[in-house]
Amino acid sequence: MLKVRIYAILMLLLGVAVGWFVYASQMHHWKPFKLGLDLSSGSHLIYQTDTSKIPPEGVADALGALQGVIQRRVDAFGVSEPRVYTEQGGVVGGGAYRLVVDLPGVTDVNKAVSMIGQTPTLDFKLIKKGMEDKTTDDKDNLNPDAFEDTGLTGELLTGAQVGFDQQTSRPEVLLKFNAQGQKIYNDILNNDMDRSLATFLDGQVIEVAHVNPDHQYASGGSGGVISGGMDAQQAKELATNLNLGALPVPITLDSTESIGPTLGAQALHAGIIASIIGFLVLSLFLILWYRLPGLVAVVALSIYATLMLVLFQFIPVVLTAAGIAGFVLSVGLAVDANILIAERMKEEINAGKNSAEAIREGFTRAWGAIRDSNIAHIIASIILFWIGTDVIKGFALVFGLGVLVSLFSAITVSRTFLLAIGLNTHNRFGRFLMRSGLNS
Amino acid sequence: MKPMNIMQHKYTLMLVPGIVSLCALISLLVWGLKPGVDIASGTNLQLAFPDGRPTVAQVENVVSPLGLGEVRVQPTGTDSYILRERTLSNDEKNALENALGTLGTVKEENISIASPTISHEIFQKGMLALALVSLCIVLFIAFAFRHVSKPVASWKYGVIAIITLVHDVLVPVGLFAFLGHVRGAEVDSLFIVALLTILGVSINDTIVVFDRIRENLKFNQDHHKKEPFDEVVSRSVMQTLARSINTSLAVVIVLFALFALGPVTTKDFALTLIVGMIAGTYSSMLLAAPLLVIWEQKQKKDGK
Repeated sequence: MLKVRIYAILMLLLGVAVGWFVYASQMHHWKPFKLGLDLSSGSHLIYQTDTSKIPPEGVADALGALQGVIQRRVDAFGVSEPRVYTEQGGVVGGGAYRLVVDLPGVTDVNKAVSMIGQTPTLDFKLIKKGMEDKTTDDKDNLNPDAFEDTGLTGELLTGAQVGFDQQTSRPEVLLKFNAQGQKIYNDILNNDMDRSLATFLDGQVIEVAHVNPDHQYASGGSGGVISGGMDAQQAKELATNLNLGALPVPITLDSTESIGPTLGAQALHAGIIASIIGFLVLSLFLILWYRLPGLVAVVALSIYATLMLVLFQFIPVVLTAAGIAGFVLSVGLAVDANILIAERMKEEINAGKNSAEAIREGFTRAWGAIRDSNIAHIIASIILFWIGTDVIKGFALVFGLGVLVSLFSAITVSRTFLLAIGLNTHNRFGRFLMRSGLNS
Repeated sequence: MKPMNIMQHKYTLMLVPGIVSLCALISLLVWGLKPGVDIASGTNLQLAFPDGRPTVAQVENVVSPLGLGEVRVQPTGTDSYILRERTLSNDEKNALENALGTLGTVKEENISIASPTISHEIFQKGMLALALVSLCIVLFIAFAFRHVSKPVASWKYGVIAIITLVHDVLVPVGLFAFLGHVRGAEVDSLFIVALLTILGVSINDTIVVFDRIRENLKFNQDHHKKEPFDEVVSRSVMQTLARSINTSLAVVIVLFALFALGPVTTKDFALTLIVGMIAGTYSSMLLAAPLLVIWEQKQKKDGK
């Protein structure tokens, strides 16, 4: 008896601690909940890709390169936590490939589209004399005044190739310029020795090198070299992008979804209110109808809810409106196991068993129905998750998770608490507390 | 005193689900469902006019010369409109907003543009999911009840479960056909998710009753008690009544909070689930159980 009571108190303390942790972490913005676009704001863009001109074995590489380019562009615009990924269409796969871009906080679709649709730009600039250590300001932002245009840009590029430094064997990208470009480059080599040449790609500095006319290249030519800190994969990607001149794979905008900040915030607020009120009304009903087992159910449900919230925080689960709906629904269903057990216990008590026995018997005999109904829920979640679109997946994940966690909370938590309380049902008051309903 | 055998009134009991299904079916056939943008392709633009909302006629006048086809204009909130039309390109959307800009400042609140490719795929995925879940559930029931062969074979439980599920899904579908006609309610991928949830959840109720029947039959078998099948069924239903109603009540309470207070995007979802849950609860008692009894009696009559 004591053991069970210790378990019960430990569980209660754990539940309270976890609950407090969730609350405190949100107040201090540590590990905040990840919100989907429809609860915050942002744009969701789907592009169709045209892989027809790419041989089948090169498609994966091209799509990977495409994702990398778009990711970099989006990052360059300072979007927080963007998601860029490619996926295959078709009901069970096998369709055309798509590029999907999620831009939280970007509500202007036109701006989002222009972010994505540009051609990569290559630019070489000399660092002005005396400003070598003033290229960035305190916050690591680029200081444009430190740089001097040379007129050498990506337009003058005729080709790019991956090579390896003769001495260090590090990967680098060799550039071939057309005649005009070559002339400018040669001028730099001759006139600007000991200055540094910065390579800009899409407006970002990706390399700074000393102008060195003695640098020999494997190709034997004397085009430019980009050799700063790339691994072989990055060098390959860069060379591919520069060669194609634009994106690795042509893309066309197919579908868009954009949620403005007011709507998103409203949805979040409404979702939270609905969850809280729903939970409170449910608790009231449970306590009034099922009395002591009802109270235990409410405590178990609270622990269930806090566990779910912590899981959302740490997995992390991106919350959407559909996800909140799944959560609310799972709270309602989590009650189911508790009700089953309570009804069974009532039967056992009516049959004259004492409290502890009634609890154990109730749990054992209710298990069959609990197991069967939860299996049906899990089947539905798995299928939904496997087949579904983003919206459906969000719901299925929360719902399925809810089923699993609620199984735990009903069987473990409820049982422990009921046993710990250990009512004497051979007196009328005890019987009253353990039964339920209007006249039992 | 022998407990009341409600299965004596089995035909009366089946009147409720019978009539409701019939109404739902008629509603569906007459009005059909209005598909949302994400399963039928199209554009949904929710635009706010903070300087004061123009009239519907003004909006229509501005929009019609743009040649965008049929445009449905629906007011929402205090100063917004929802414009519903075919799939627009980004340029066409910009042209539309510029044109509307002549009536006052326009702010985008929500944009949904779904191309035929994407929406077709979403629709097919939804249909596939519905088929798969139904199949899995039926198989699951047949498996769970495989040992219960007397007096009704286990596969028959599965068949009755399907019939009950069809009813449970038909009711909310019929409701939304009616609501589509009355207030232009649309069914989108979230509606399909709701139907799938109903399938997975209201089968619960049916399982509980079947489970109790199975248990009682086994008890009778073990104790060599002879009890007519319809009385076993009746007793099982009465025993599980409290649990069925209370579980459904618990879920409906939270769903109602979601419907009344929750986000706009999930209101219809919550409504679908509420209706489906209620249908699922009464269908176990008033449809599945009577059907089981009728089938058993038919078996006896045919001299099994």
